[in-house]
Amino acid sequence: MAAIQPMEQFLVRKVVPIEPVHVPGLGAIDLSITNSVLFMFIAAGLISLFFLLAARRQVVPGRMQAAAEMLYGMVDGVLTGGIIGDRGRPFLPFIFTLFLLIATLNVISLAPGGFSVTSQLAVTGALAVMTFTTVLVVGFLRNGFGFFKLFWPSSMHPVMALVLLPIELISFLVRPLTLAMRLFGNMLGGHVVTYMFGSFVVALGLWAIQTPGLARLGFVGSGVSFLMIVALMTLEFVVAFLQAFVFAALACVYLNEVVNLDHGH
Amino acid sequence: MDLASARHIGAGLAMTGLIGAGAGLGILFGNYLQAAMRNPAAAASERVYLFLGMALAESMGIFGLVMGFLILFS
Repeated sequence: MAAIQPMEQFLVRKVVPIEPVHVPGLGAIDLSITNSVLFMFIAAGLISLFFLLAARRQVVPGRMQAAAEMLYGMVDGVLTGGIIGDRGRPFLPFIFTLFLLIATLNVISLAPGGFSVTSQLAVTGALAVMTFTTVLVVGFLRNGFGFFKLFWPSSMHPVMALVLLPIELISFLVRPLTLAMRLFGNMLGGHVVTYMFGSFVVALGLWAIQTPGLARLGFVGSGVSFLMIVALMTLEFVVAFLQAFVFAALACVYLNEVVNLDHGH
Repeated sequence: MDLASARHIGAGLAMTGLIGAGAGLGILFGNYLQAAMRNPAAAASERVYLFLGMALAESMGIFGLVMGFLILFS
């Protein structure tokens, strides 16, 4: 029986090896198509295909168009509109893309044989740094050096600044880290837990088959583990959407702080 | 004590961080339900903040989980 290796599913393997490209100043860069890249391509293709089929621009929408409009309306109404307000409209494409990409990557990683791209800290880290950079750039463009008012609540006594300023600064700087770790940890945890219960099904079933006597009770444990997988999979689909929603919502909350800095929205 | 057993004990200890996350999630959802039962009309408008709070409370537990995995597998 193969040893139980819960982390083996997260290994990045080369599917189409490509010779490393030498870029002056950066050194050799490996552009091989790995399974991680492959699943990102699949996700991008699925999203594009869905919107190509859905965007028929009919006045009375069909099923596909209604689904696409519902998704769009949800992001527009609850995330950018609900959290940032009218000034959030320019960020709708960014937030919508972020939400769709993460949700699709999460969902296709749950398919049998699927590779979980969002369980790679490099991917979630890149997404988080991108969001954080957007917040910084937008903050400085809109407010100039008034951006630093973010760390100085308007009614604060100067003495309190000694305590509050470091806290505000640290909690601001740690945001990309928490954003990346949350998505990464949730997806990693979910996949490892389903893997462990799957290995229980096989291990207990084999043990019950091979050992006579009371060990036949292992079938019960095997069956219970199988039911647990079904329940966990349901939960994982909820988590897949929820984490994408939470990532997009937190990006909106961070953007809201810099976009509506002078309004106290 | 050899390194392998110390690793397993450490990973187990790292998972104690989930105690706080569990308590926090319980408080969060309990209070949300209580508020929703008292004023059902306002429940829908607060659901975004429920999930935001859930993510923030849960992330602390997830950090513990990630630390556990790092101790075990790196």
